[in-house]
Amino acid sequence: MSIKQNLTNPEPWAGLAMGNEAVARAMIEVSTRVITTYPGSPVPEIATTLNLIAPEHRDFYFESSTNEKVALEVATGGSLNGHLSTVFFKSVGLNVASDSLIQLSMLELIGGLVVILGDDPGANSSQNEQDNRIWARMSYIPMLEPGSPTEAYQMYKEAAALAKRQRGPVFLRLTTHVCHAREVVQFAAMSGEEPDWTPRFDANNGPYWPIAAAVFPLKRKALQKLQAYEALAEESPLNRVLAPHGVAPVDSKRLGVISAGIPAYSVLENIDQAGATVDLLKLGITYPLPSQKILAFLEAHDEVVILEELERVLEGEIKALAYDNSVKCRILARPDWDQVMGEFDPVRSYKLLAGFWPKAFEPRDFPEPSAEVVPRPPQLCPGCGHRSAFHAVKKAIESDTITVADIGCHSLGSLPPYNMGEVLLCMGHSVSTGAGLAVKNDTRKVVSFLGDSTMFHAALPGIINAIIYNHNVTLVLLDNGTTAMTGHQARHGSGEIGDKIPIIGLLETLGVQKILDVDSYNQRKLIAYVQEANAHEGFAVVIARHPCMLKFTRASRKKSPGLKLPKIAVNPEQAADALPAMEQFGCPTFQRTEDDQVGVSEDLCIGCGSCIMSAAPGTLKIQRPLAPAPASAPSPDGAKSPGAKSPGGVK
Amino acid sequence: MSIFNVYLTGVGGQGIGLLSGALGTAIVDVGHKVLGCETHGLAQRGGVVVSHLRVGEGAYAPRVPPGQADLVVSLERLEGLRGAVNMLRPGGRIIFYDAEYQPIAVRMGEAVYPKVSDIEAEVASKGGTVERVFDEDLSDPRMQNVALLARVAALGAIDKITPARLEKAIAASVPAKLLETNLEVYRRNLGL
Ligand SMILES: Cc1ncc(C[n+]2csc(CCOP(=O)(O)OP(=O)(O)O)c2C)c(N)n1
Repeated sequence: MSIKQNLTNPEPWAGLAMGNEAVARAMIEVSTRVITTYPGSPVPEIATTLNLIAPEHRDFYFESSTNEKVALEVATGGSLNGHLSTVFFKSVGLNVASDSLIQLSMLELIGGLVVILGDDPGANSSQNEQDNRIWARMSYIPMLEPGSPTEAYQMYKEAAALAKRQRGPVFLRLTTHVCHAREVVQFAAMSGEEPDWTPRFDANNGPYWPIAAAVFPLKRKALQKLQAYEALAEESPLNRVLAPHGVAPVDSKRLGVISAGIPAYSVLENIDQAGATVDLLKLGITYPLPSQKILAFLEAHDEVVILEELERVLEGEIKALAYDNSVKCRILARPDWDQVMGEFDPVRSYKLLAGFWPKAFEPRDFPEPSAEVVPRPPQLCPGCGHRSAFHAVKKAIESDTITVADIGCHSLGSLPPYNMGEVLLCMGHSVSTGAGLAVKNDTRKVVSFLGDSTMFHAALPGIINAIIYNHNVTLVLLDNGTTAMTGHQARHGSGEIGDKIPIIGLLETLGVQKILDVDSYNQRKLIAYVQEANAHEGFAVVIARHPCMLKFTRASRKKSPGLKLPKIAVNPEQAADALPAMEQFGCPTFQRTEDDQVGVSEDLCIGCGSCIMSAAPGTLKIQRPLAPAPASAPSPDGAKSPGAKSPGGVK
Repeated sequence: MSIFNVYLTGVGGQGIGLLSGALGTAIVDVGHKVLGCETHGLAQRGGVVVSHLRVGEGAYAPRVPPGQADLVVSLERLEGLRGAVNMLRPGGRIIFYDAEYQPIAVRMGEAVYPKVSDIEAEVASKGGTVERVFDEDLSDPRMQNVALLARVAALGAIDKITPARLEKAIAASVPAKLLETNLEVYRRNLGL
């Protein structure tokens, strides 16, 4: 049984499901009414799953908002009206949303609100591995932490029930490999509640106005709710002791481990494999901690290891608890400073446990990689307009120009062979960081890159700032009409969500003095435009646009399976002239042959022709398939792409 | 029951999802317990993509630990080598499709793409077995995954995963329009 066919199955069923899919089913099962998000790994598949239900068949409201703060606020409003509401986004999304989040525990959210975080220990797809458990402490919001798809499903339901009962926010903290793990999950029946959209907002449920002295009664209420949560955590079966091999002393010592999430499962695997009589207190509710349960566990053992990922959150709180209660148990934790980095898989947890307790976990040799293998960093796809843009900008700028990267597929411009984008903070930073680099700087030009989706997400205040102070920055806006990096979610103002917001019109209205707009495939014009913008004193924008060709090609192939695309061919008489296309333009289509010539991968080439201008005239040519010639790809704004005579084959 | 670790790997865009989807479904269908994990996000842009399937009781963490894969299945040669070096256990088995996708360092002339013999030497040093898969007649590279699945089934590389079982799982995973051509490739590569 698959989630695709059974997402709305009213009966209980079981089937293979990914963590994200299981959470989506849980939302629907308990009749979550207002759901919002902003895309980001590791959680975008929650949205993909919800989108399996056509909008007209949903008894919930779902939107992908312009950024995480907006998403959180919309969900908060839903909850204020009495609807069970949920917002989900990636770890760093909480930084964007935090200004609103920090108020929430002080407010009576009568419908309940679940805030789902996609944390990313190991920085698998993020710019850091920030530990959002700390946010729970700062905002007085309780936190649940699953370690498997089944738990993610169960804990969403528990979080929703708690949020409704306590009329407040609850965190569900997923991590990357919980989101993307798969196992058979047993789902329950649908609640089948009829939607009731009555707006029940009532200021008398408040006050909802935390300002100055009015903060304290509200803060008191938040802290009282936290007390109630601690009592619930003491009772909850989500905090439980697992003793797969029974309780017996090892080397005359009673041993235990306290852990949560996936690290707890790494430990369980270690205990199981070693046959060790070590107990595990697995915490599901990790804020507030169940003090009595933890004290009882400490008192029942002579030594306890606290094994957590990232910051020393459990360690600090449990050690304080033990100190205050004069507990005799010896508490052990990660000894080295660098152990606050990265994930704890079963190898790493085994090494840690064997270091403390060699009798229970016999020291083992774990295999190390036997050789170096050539790395394979991610790269821009064949036909990507960003590649054309980076290639042209590199030619257009002086060697001492400072280039500022932003977040999106275009972050890959920072890698060889382009090396465009030398500093990166977060989504939408590039214009303002560039502005600072340009301050009192008369010698080195600054070029900032930015994606179209990111512009709407977080860059507009920075752009307005650059206009007002006329910061001497050239913004190269890489407009592919979509949010490509996270899976081609519709970009706000692209026409897929609401009406089109014309980017040029928007920038003109804001007051940008110089706006130049070109299809990225048109290398000559793009180079000239970047030079023109750089010659302009002050803030200038070059829009380098081309539709995302991965999205376009996939759509074309879906429409006509078996579609034959044109291919690039190297003119054998000019073989040596093709090297720049492979080494500098760097389309993956070009593969080095054994005699160091340029070969073309038939598998990868989409026949877009974007490479032609990267080699001497006559070197590269498009070879059309025998099938009828395909039409041009549309530009994001609907115009024809001058450089893209044959990108697809879809009319 | 002990854990049987399967590590699937390839290059973003090669269709590793079908590999893990079909194998996962078949493994559940024959009554084994399975815990898996996939790559999503950044790496899907032409980088290394991997998928883990841990079969049997006793697997609690979703990823196969380094050096503990009983079976490595790769859609590409360099990734096959990487899988053999980093993930294969001594005495393990690797089945790889011999597609070649050069990473940027090779295209820029700064590194050398491996030969099939490099994989063979690596696997031999671990006392394992290696099978190269290549279908001369493939009309579309996006069916390399199906050719590879056929060899996994034909070799009986995973307990109880027979050609018929896996065919059923593929049929449940591939869009109807493409099913017939895919099954043709599958059956041809069973080599039975
Ligand atoms: C605060 C925050 N939210 C979400 C993400 C996830 N994320 C990474 S790139 C990206 C969008 C990129 O879209 P765009 O700027 O249009 O560039 P493209 O990938 O299309 O080139 C998102 C949402 C993030 N890194 N940070």
